[in-house]
Amino acid sequence: MTLYQKRKIINNLALGLSLAAMAFGLFWLGWILFTVVQQGFSGLSVNLFTQMTPPPGATDGGLLNALVGSGLMVSLATLLGTPIGILAGVYLAEYGRKTLLGSATRYVNDLLLSAPSIVIGLFVWTVVVSRMQSYSAWAGIAALALIVVPVVVRTTENMLLLVPDALREAAFALGAPKRIVTLSIVLRAARSGVMTGILLAVARIGGETAPLLFTSLSSQFWSLDLNKPIASLPVMISQFAMSPFPDWQRIAWAGVLITTMAVLALNVVARTYFRQKH
Amino acid sequence: MDASLAASKDDAQTGGLRSPVSAASAGPSPLTRKPVSDWKETLFSGLVRLVALSVLVALTGIIVALVYDAWPTITHFGFNFLVSSEWNPPMDRYGALVPIYGTLVTSAIALVIAVPVSFGIAVFLTELSPAWLRRPLGTAIELLAAIPSIVYGMWGLLVFAPVFASHVQPLLASTFGKIPFVGVLFSGPSMGIGLLTAGIVLAIMIIPFIASVMRDVFEITPPMIRESAYGLGCTTWEVVWNIVLPYSKTGAVGGVMLGLGRALGETMAVTFVIGNTSFLSSPSLFMPGNSATSAIANEFAEAAPGLHTSALIELALVLFLITLIVLMASRFMLSRMQKH
Repeated sequence: MTLYQKRKIINNLALGLSLAAMAFGLFWLGWILFTVVQQGFSGLSVNLFTQMTPPPGATDGGLLNALVGSGLMVSLATLLGTPIGILAGVYLAEYGRKTLLGSATRYVNDLLLSAPSIVIGLFVWTVVVSRMQSYSAWAGIAALALIVVPVVVRTTENMLLLVPDALREAAFALGAPKRIVTLSIVLRAARSGVMTGILLAVARIGGETAPLLFTSLSSQFWSLDLNKPIASLPVMISQFAMSPFPDWQRIAWAGVLITTMAVLALNVVARTYFRQKH
Repeated sequence: MDASLAASKDDAQTGGLRSPVSAASAGPSPLTRKPVSDWKETLFSGLVRLVALSVLVALTGIIVALVYDAWPTITHFGFNFLVSSEWNPPMDRYGALVPIYGTLVTSAIALVIAVPVSFGIAVFLTELSPAWLRRPLGTAIELLAAIPSIVYGMWGLLVFAPVFASHVQPLLASTFGKIPFVGVLFSGPSMGIGLLTAGIVLAIMIIPFIASVMRDVFEITPPMIRESAYGLGCTTWEVVWNIVLPYSKTGAVGGVMLGLGRALGETMAVTFVIGNTSFLSSPSLFMPGNSATSAIANEFAEAAPGLHTSALIELALVLFLITLIVLMASRFMLSRMQKH
């Protein structure tokens, strides 16, 4: 075998393995999505959206209180976390690009972005739940908001930095103060990018379970009281999935289908929306 | 063009003269006027600075709060907490060796599988894939990261584990299980759930993170160097292995570290498939175990106040510190990459 042949064989082998790796990745995605759709559709029914989660012993029920609880917590956490994230992102991109506080915040924010979400849940437990002596929806909202903030900070800063400095200088030259330049020129130009970040943050917390386990806990009743434990879709799924009853597992699969589709749809919408604008 | 420029210049100058601040200042020329002080301006810049500072404080706050609540066990068990394998809530004796071992082993398995696969995917996306397929395939791999971990957990427990127990584990036991020394890792009953299953599910979850960082760093290799190598007659693989990889090595390792950070802190998926036992009797990877995150997820809600709660919080603290170190290493490597 000549050296040339050997090199060609190695090349083909390596590229074949690379193709196999790609197939390996897609295989899992396909398998998981197939299972979720197959099992989820068989569990899908009108009852899911009209009835409460079944109490122990009962077999029939829905996910209404969990859907509402999740929706409530996710939207309040987004409302709470987004302004904080955007303001901190504005600081990083416009006011503190080269300052010590800027680089320290940027660094810490990147760490928080990948911090284990269960640790965030425990942190909220130590400062909210154990002091208040009760689990509450507010604690869950606080934990989710803590996860939203780093995502929004990161995307906001990146998107603001994409806005050319010439635009800022043009506004300054017209006599606009920095606050106006930031809010009405730079932030406006980066609007679609910032929106993308918010959508991705919502997608991220939509399926989060670990930080809710010891904060909002769970509840099988209809409740909108934010000072009490509240049901949420991911926590319900985890309880029902581990239960031995097939009926409960069926409800869990339907919940998984709803969560997965919502999260994937948000991701796809965020990506295509951003691509269209740029 | 000229006229409008001149006009705006004039406007600016007259505007400066008319402003009350410069009129109050003694300077005769508009050039020496003091900057207009505007309380709204100060308020806004103060506000964004304060919010940025609060992000900074959050991390310190998490560590301080965890240390404060873990203090009873820190003082009670001291260093023994990390090296003792006895986790005994009824006797109130706690050692975190088993969950820490579980976390490290499952993460290691995840890396062993995920690193070569992610490398292959990154090579495919940067070198092999036709241009029109690049974006859809890249998005598909990134969607793996978007699937919530609870979905991985439920799928892993109810779908993957049974298949794994009936088809893959006997196969592993009859092949790798026969090799001396290594064989003990693949011995024991095929239960489907256990350390190995948790490691494999973790691998699937971190592939998208590592693959997308690797793809990004491979893409910043200057085309000039790459094409010079092709010009010398290198094969695609030789370009990847001898040119692209050495150039982007630090960044690729940073991506691996990022994946490791994710694997260490993953909770729900691991809790579903790891088996949840605080006893470890055999080195086999088929055995059920416990990870730091699964121990917390399972026990915390029912933990009695006092040492049990405190021990679980210390476990979270240890996990958080390990994750922070890994993420700091990742960040360090990726930032060195950007300076190229």
